[in-house]
Amino acid sequence: MDMTARHETAPLAARLRAPLARLQSIRKNFGPLVALDGVDLAVHAGEVVSLLGANGAGKTTAIGLLLGLLQPGSGSAALFGQAPGSIQARRRTGVMLQDGGVHGDLKVRELLRLTRSYYPRPRGLGDCVALAGLQGLLERRYDKLSGGQQRRVQFALAICGRPQLLFLDEPTTGLDIQARGQLWDAVRALVAEGCGVLLTTHYLEEAEALSDRVVVLDRGRVAAAGSVSDLRARVAQRRVRCVSSLDPATVSGWPQVLSAARDAGHLEIVVREAEPAVRRLLEADPALRELEVTRAGLADAFIHLTRAQDAA
Amino acid sequence: MDAIARPPRFLPWRCYLLEAGYELLRQLREPAFVLPTLLFPTAFYLLFGVMLTGNAANAQYMLAGYGVFGIMGAALFGFGAGIAADRERGLLRLKRALPAPPGAWLLAKMAAAMAFAAIISLLLATLAATLGGVALAPGQWLLLFAANVLGVLPFCAIGLYIGSLVGGNAAVAVVNILFLPMAFLSGLWMPLSVLPDIFTRLSPVWPAYHLGQLAMKVVGHDAGGSTWLHLGVLGVVTAVFFMLARRRLAAAA
Repeated sequence: MDMTARHETAPLAARLRAPLARLQSIRKNFGPLVALDGVDLAVHAGEVVSLLGANGAGKTTAIGLLLGLLQPGSGSAALFGQAPGSIQARRRTGVMLQDGGVHGDLKVRELLRLTRSYYPRPRGLGDCVALAGLQGLLERRYDKLSGGQQRRVQFALAICGRPQLLFLDEPTTGLDIQARGQLWDAVRALVAEGCGVLLTTHYLEEAEALSDRVVVLDRGRVAAAGSVSDLRARVAQRRVRCVSSLDPATVSGWPQVLSAARDAGHLEIVVREAEPAVRRLLEADPALRELEVTRAGLADAFIHLTRAQDAA
Repeated sequence: MDAIARPPRFLPWRCYLLEAGYELLRQLREPAFVLPTLLFPTAFYLLFGVMLTGNAANAQYMLAGYGVFGIMGAALFGFGAGIAADRERGLLRLKRALPAPPGAWLLAKMAAAMAFAAIISLLLATLAATLGGVALAPGQWLLLFAANVLGVLPFCAIGLYIGSLVGGNAAVAVVNILFLPMAFLSGLWMPLSVLPDIFTRLSPVWPAYHLGQLAMKVVGHDAGGSTWLHLGVLGVVTAVFFMLARRRLAAAA
């Protein structure tokens, strides 16, 4: 377990319940632009919370507030029960920002050595290399690495301090599939040790693969929050694919049909309930073939949730 | 768990040393910074101070002038262009998010500027003593060295302010526009007495003039102004520009 745990007096259960990071009723404006409008968010030990949303939805602003890089207009932000930005809070936090912010002219070994020196109980160099997949890169200069390798170095810098709370702002942008899988494994290993993770991502499968909870932001407001399955259930959708001559415009007019489109020769419709739609499809087009019904992924749920906001 | 060996003790000051060491290493790895910073003052001094004049008095005067010229370049470019580039790459933002002590990067940059100033000062002193025939008392050598190394501070502050105002490419341009005319108008390359009188009267406006006068006072070639006045002006310049830069950097998240 944690070496510092012995020095803390609060009962274990209470400490586990108290969130590591919390935003309460946060409002934040940049001039006339409202970046966050009444957002609540909490990250507990041992869980991954994913912040989903389009560009400009407020994800990076939320992380900036929790890191103390930004001050809220109103509402409160707390890290480990303290004001964000204090050195004590930062020593328990690991960070991977979207814009990198790494000295390009240092070697990977030097970057790790410097960043580890900021933390009281840093992870061993070998551990960092293994977790982030940096084998063979230690003596290379950061600016001579590929984009994916740089992202892995940034991940190593984020975890090298043995953080209890990890901020990952779009961590797998630019990674290939194998490197992405490796990073996911590393995040799961850290979470198993009790680390809390706040992740922002564009990749819905990433949120789906890693998160215990998902918070969907849309133009500064929480559009939805809950577990991946909660969120999916809230928008209980099925996706129906088939080869058919039916016109998507006609099909989208049917009751229960949320959307219909033609995709690579297939008719693809998203419906609330599959059975009535399938029955009607078969009646309308006897020649229909290759019928396929799947449960909608988080991507569909997410698109639907933000569209519902648009319509409102 | 207690069987596990205690990790090495956490020494919070260790990161200041690493930060400064790596800052110097970064600058040394940047040929576009190292070559002009070290070559311009030494080559100019060799050409104008040693080869073209051939008398020890001129070589003395120019040792002081080119020393100040050299360290001013190291500080203005290292800070102005360096900080603007770091800011653009999100480096300062990440440092604020990491548990890096506030100001560690600033102290590191100051230490690197002082290291460059020390190198420039030693290079010029070597040229002066060997090829220029300059003979100074040990105390004079030391004072000149101190003036050069500590003299970076006001120019670090000015560079910091420039770096906080504009982006990386613009900072290089602004520093160039400031650097060369100021060196000339402060009498670092040639005595102001050879220029029209207006330049002499205008010279106290330039921070480089005051540091130049201090260095020239060491070798007995100054215009006779008060040491305290020069020190006071340099102190005020340092404080004002550091404060202005701090406000800018704090406002820009």
